[in-house]
Amino acid sequence: MPGLTLDVAHLLAGGLVLVSFTLLYQDRMFGVLNVFALHAFVVSLSVAWQAYIQVAPHLYITAAIALLFKGIVIPVVLRRIVVRLNIHRTVETVVGIGPTMLAGMGLVALSMALMLRVTATADPLAREDLTFALSVVLLGMLMMVTRRNAVSQVIGFMSIENGLIMAATGAKGMPLVVEISVAFSVLIAFIVIGIFLFRIRERFDTVDLQALHDFRGERE
Amino acid sequence: MSALGFDAVGAVLIIPGGAAALLALLPGYRLSARLNVLAALATLLSSLTLLFARPQTGSYLLVDDTNIVFIVLTTFVGFTTSAFSASYIAHELEIGRLTPTYLRFYHSMYQVLMFAMNLALVSNSIGLMWVAIELATLTTVLMVGIYRTHEALEAAWKYFILGSVGIALALFGTILIYMAARPVVGEGLDAMLWTVLIERVGAFDPGLLDVAFVFLLLGYGTKVGLAPLHAWLPDAHAEGPTPISAVLSGLLLNVALYAVLRFKMLLAANAGALAPGPLMVIMGLFSLIFAAFMLYRRRDIKRLFAYSSVEHMGIITFAFGMGGPLANFAGLLHMTMHSLTKSAIFFTVGHIAQVKGTQRMSDIRGLTETHPLLGWGLVLGVVAIAGLPPLGIFMSEFLVVSSTFAREPVLAILLVVGLLIAFGALLLRLNGLAFGEPTGSLAPVKASYVPLFAHLAIVFCAGIYLPGPLVEWFQHVARLLG
Repeated sequence: MPGLTLDVAHLLAGGLVLVSFTLLYQDRMFGVLNVFALHAFVVSLSVAWQAYIQVAPHLYITAAIALLFKGIVIPVVLRRIVVRLNIHRTVETVVGIGPTMLAGMGLVALSMALMLRVTATADPLAREDLTFALSVVLLGMLMMVTRRNAVSQVIGFMSIENGLIMAATGAKGMPLVVEISVAFSVLIAFIVIGIFLFRIRERFDTVDLQALHDFRGERE
Repeated sequence: MSALGFDAVGAVLIIPGGAAALLALLPGYRLSARLNVLAALATLLSSLTLLFARPQTGSYLLVDDTNIVFIVLTTFVGFTTSAFSASYIAHELEIGRLTPTYLRFYHSMYQVLMFAMNLALVSNSIGLMWVAIELATLTTVLMVGIYRTHEALEAAWKYFILGSVGIALALFGTILIYMAARPVVGEGLDAMLWTVLIERVGAFDPGLLDVAFVFLLLGYGTKVGLAPLHAWLPDAHAEGPTPISAVLSGLLLNVALYAVLRFKMLLAANAGALAPGPLMVIMGLFSLIFAAFMLYRRRDIKRLFAYSSVEHMGIITFAFGMGGPLANFAGLLHMTMHSLTKSAIFFTVGHIAQVKGTQRMSDIRGLTETHPLLGWGLVLGVVAIAGLPPLGIFMSEFLVVSSTFAREPVLAILLVVGLLIAFGALLLRLNGLAFGEPTGSLAPVKASYVPLFAHLAIVFCAGIYLPGPLVEWFQHVARLLG
């Protein structure tokens, strides 16, 4: 049933883009964390579906890692950090919700205009998968630039990683990179949580990057 | 032959990897610093044997004429920097900027960084290369933040965010290359192998290659420090330990540039794909002119030379973007000279900052009177980096400019304007730093001058006379780069 396999893959990939949009307008820390858990859940479903239709059992490992680490462990750990740092009330955004959403739509349109044109000859599954993946990557970047808070930026970065994993699994038979990129995303998450947040906490009593920016630039 | 060659490639990776593990376990910084130097020396020696015995190309590792230049340069500067680090780092411990635990971590990370850079250079798989560059990024992020001051943390955070976004873009580009290769090469490992890709790239879909290259250029270009993606670079250079600034400027930027060059060669071999040159020319020229103006407003000595690195990476990218045997030759030469000179400058700057206790340029004056060796070392280094004859950088810049004049006079004029602006800024700053009424601490400095003057001597000799075999070798590589 080629029609069904395509439809389900598209549904999941499109769902991931939708969740990325949802991430953009969260204005509570816990909201961001919950939506990110959903993001990881959707990406793990998408990867599992790719594993099923490509008959590539090793991809199930990737799906499981995405689900367990990004869907459960990291949100729980971040939630603890947020509570301990007492920053759960609001998220400071640099740009308002409305313009951010409009920019997000522009980015999705851009990725469609670009990818659908250049991949005209590629197989349809990979083609639309790549388009959605690029959208997720761009939306993740948008989230990173519109947030000041270090925790939200890390979430934005991990959503970029999710998009990349989707792109890598959509590229049929791609060697090595899936496992390695997952291992790295876990490593990155640990580095960020372990070192930066605790150090920043230790030194500043805040993880608001605005506080960090006050020290930036040339020391006059 | 091949067995020996394989061992040499293995050694270039295993020595730093093993040393990293060993240094993580050993207490006592004196021993670690010495071991660090020893390991770097052993890596250098094994990389030199690669010149004589090439290993067979495997599915993961590759040594060819292109990357061997980079490998030898990386291991050489890695060795001299470790020698500088040994004389530099003890002082950081004395003044309490680092604790013994952090120092142990520092030495271990230094070797991990060498491992990651060597792996990026010898990897045959574009996926493995990406992983290695990511590892190098993460390592340097940790090193930049090692002093744990406000500024260091902010610099590390900025570097981490920008570096990761860059590395994410590069991964997307890598995936696109795989997508382009898959219909032609087939699924699996082969479609990511450099040696396979370059042979069969002619049949790849040009549209996909174009998009992939844009992502790769932006992604790895962030790591090269090309403007406007350079924002992390001055902070990371200024706030981390000085040996790391030397390695960042001298080596890591080159490694990222090497990745860009590999993909440029790939695109050049496909008739239907867009010409990668103009993109690189534009980014290179913009970086050069932007950084040249930024040099005037710097007050921090390490930031000054960080912007100078942006400027020089711009020149090198410009030269490789112009392409052709002569411009590529000039680019390779300039890259080598810049690595040697810039790391030498950071060696002096490190000692200067230690003895004066500050990085503010207004507090550092009259160095040639108070610390003649350091002061004149700095003068020599800055004269070299500004591109005055008869030093090596003058020759490579002259080659870049003259080869450009022959083909694109307008670009050459822009290039010269950028070079002159940067030249003015550097000499202006140098005048204040090296001459005039001495200020600040007059304490004698416990520095090791050997790495510093070894680099400057090479740069000086290269400016006067380049040995014939070296010229032939560089010319050969320049032809390969297309």
